[in-house]
Amino acid sequence: MLFVTDLAWGSISISFAEIMAVFQGNGDAINQEVLLNFRLPKAITAVLTGAALSVAGLMMQTLFRNALAEPYILGVSAGASLGVALVTMASGFVPAFLINTGWATILAAIIGGAVVLLLVLGVSFRIQSAVSLLIVGIMFGTIAGAVVNVLQNFSDPDSIKLFVMWTFGSLSAVTWTYMQVLLPVILVGLLIAMLLHKRLDVLLLGENYARGLGISVIQTRFIIILATGLLAGGITAFTGPIAFVGVAIPHIARGLFKTSVHRVLIPATMLCGATLLLACDIISQLPTYTLPINTISSLFGAPIILWIILRKK
Amino acid sequence: MSLILNTQNLSIGYSKKMNKTIVQATLNLELKAGEMVCLIGQNGCGKSTLLRTLAGLQKALSGKVLVQNKELSRIKIHEKAKLLALVLTDRVDIDSATVADIVRMGRQPYCNWWGNLSEADTKMVTDAIAMVHLEHKAECYLNELSDGERQRVMIAKALAQDTPLILLDEPTAHLDLPNRVEIMLLLHKLAHQTGKSVIISTHELDIALQAADRIWLMTSAGVESGVPEDLVLQGHFHDAFQSKAYYFNSANGNFSMNYPMTKQVWVEGDKTRMYWTLRALARAGYMVVQGADVTVEISSDSWFVDKKELKTVEELLLMLEKRV
Repeated sequence: MLFVTDLAWGSISISFAEIMAVFQGNGDAINQEVLLNFRLPKAITAVLTGAALSVAGLMMQTLFRNALAEPYILGVSAGASLGVALVTMASGFVPAFLINTGWATILAAIIGGAVVLLLVLGVSFRIQSAVSLLIVGIMFGTIAGAVVNVLQNFSDPDSIKLFVMWTFGSLSAVTWTYMQVLLPVILVGLLIAMLLHKRLDVLLLGENYARGLGISVIQTRFIIILATGLLAGGITAFTGPIAFVGVAIPHIARGLFKTSVHRVLIPATMLCGATLLLACDIISQLPTYTLPINTISSLFGAPIILWIILRKK
Repeated sequence: MSLILNTQNLSIGYSKKMNKTIVQATLNLELKAGEMVCLIGQNGCGKSTLLRTLAGLQKALSGKVLVQNKELSRIKIHEKAKLLALVLTDRVDIDSATVADIVRMGRQPYCNWWGNLSEADTKMVTDAIAMVHLEHKAECYLNELSDGERQRVMIAKALAQDTPLILLDEPTAHLDLPNRVEIMLLLHKLAHQTGKSVIISTHELDIALQAADRIWLMTSAGVESGVPEDLVLQGHFHDAFQSKAYYFNSANGNFSMNYPMTKQVWVEGDKTRMYWTLRALARAGYMVVQGADVTVEISSDSWFVDKKELKTVEELLLMLEKRV
């Protein structure tokens, strides 16, 4: 339902009947263009983003047994933003033919995120406790963030604006071409998450209990980080960092479905995430001037986090 | 009886790069089927290290741990989960997980990736919950339970794992006396009824002495294994727990404190009140000596010092303070 509403709403409103007409192949040409090449990929992106970030957040919260863990905690998005910052603000280093295409920022984000991810993965084999891994992730993120600050200091206002716009996040940048890359990446990430559901359950007991139940903790941690990297990294590359969805949704899903069993929780989280992000997207289009999706998700997410903390006394 | 677990020249401790810290060396321990062993020792002597090594959570520095005559370090991790179950001190705090959810995790080593439980698995879970007497709380959330009940949930999880060996690290820490006794009795009963072998590390000496079939008494010099009463009578406890502040009282299996005693009194009279009177006097620093200047007479409902009647121990101590 929200999916259809999301299609209908926007600076040109399209009636439900017209949507049906377009899908049956006999709609108005402008409507068809707007719907198929703009609104539909955007709505699919919203669904993917919501599901991917929420499941990535759920996995991080389970791995670190920390209610406030989120998909970006391992520094993936900081790495991605460093990549984008390098392209937008220090573009002298990048081959010119890449800059003029939309792929430049996407590739930069993928490379930046992947570098941080590989570093964290490499470290994860050498570290026994998950808490140290958490700190390592945050440190990598901090370093990347500092480098971005240095770059901003030496850049002209135009490229800074370009970079800041990217950090606002946008669902509408994903065209059908990009979707061919984004969709498989996210589906693979979600599939891995689903395959891990038993191991995730046991990890909730703590790493020693998990070992006692026959789970190889280091191997499992590696796969979880990899899947989180695919989900959070993939989304960040194409839409920019989108805040709070990853940390807030898993809590909503736990609250609504009253369970901690991942077999139920993972699909529940996907559903809640997709729903919330569609809702955010609709709301962001309510004002005549479209608000950045990041602003809306933060406005929603922050109160939810406050509620979690207050409820926990 | 068959051996469930034994160690051969086992050395335990920690190794960091080239630095080896040996906590205990050349341990040769044996555990029979259906036997409950309590591992006792002072803090820091290596109880947890031994338990972690036996559980395979930590590598042995040298020597072997054999579970059912198979070398532990060669057993695959998911096979190990079918041989030994753990109850650890790690706090389990899971939002919106029910008792049954946790106990079901004990069946995980036996089911496929989708995690469907067969009828036999489900029965095993129900039985495990019944054995720890939590049937009425099976669908309760974990955060609604008391500490004692949570510990029983973790024991039920270990039971559901259906292993010949269960290792428990300080299962009665943080519990009050009734819960401590109940859990030890439960484990004792389980070992004898189901034929499982149980190893418990604990510092609850008095309860361990009563519940354990065998004690592994750990000191910095090594591990002494024996039936509890033998270890007491042979003076091993006395040697293991020597200190200026207290001593192991072989007469009652408890610790007594060493108070500095400088003042002297003599006590005679009613036997039932004698024990508590002597305790109070020891704490206040009075040595009981025949022929002391002051004599305390105990009647059936009061105390007399110099023919003066005192109704409470408190009054008695005040009186003695003036007289001695």
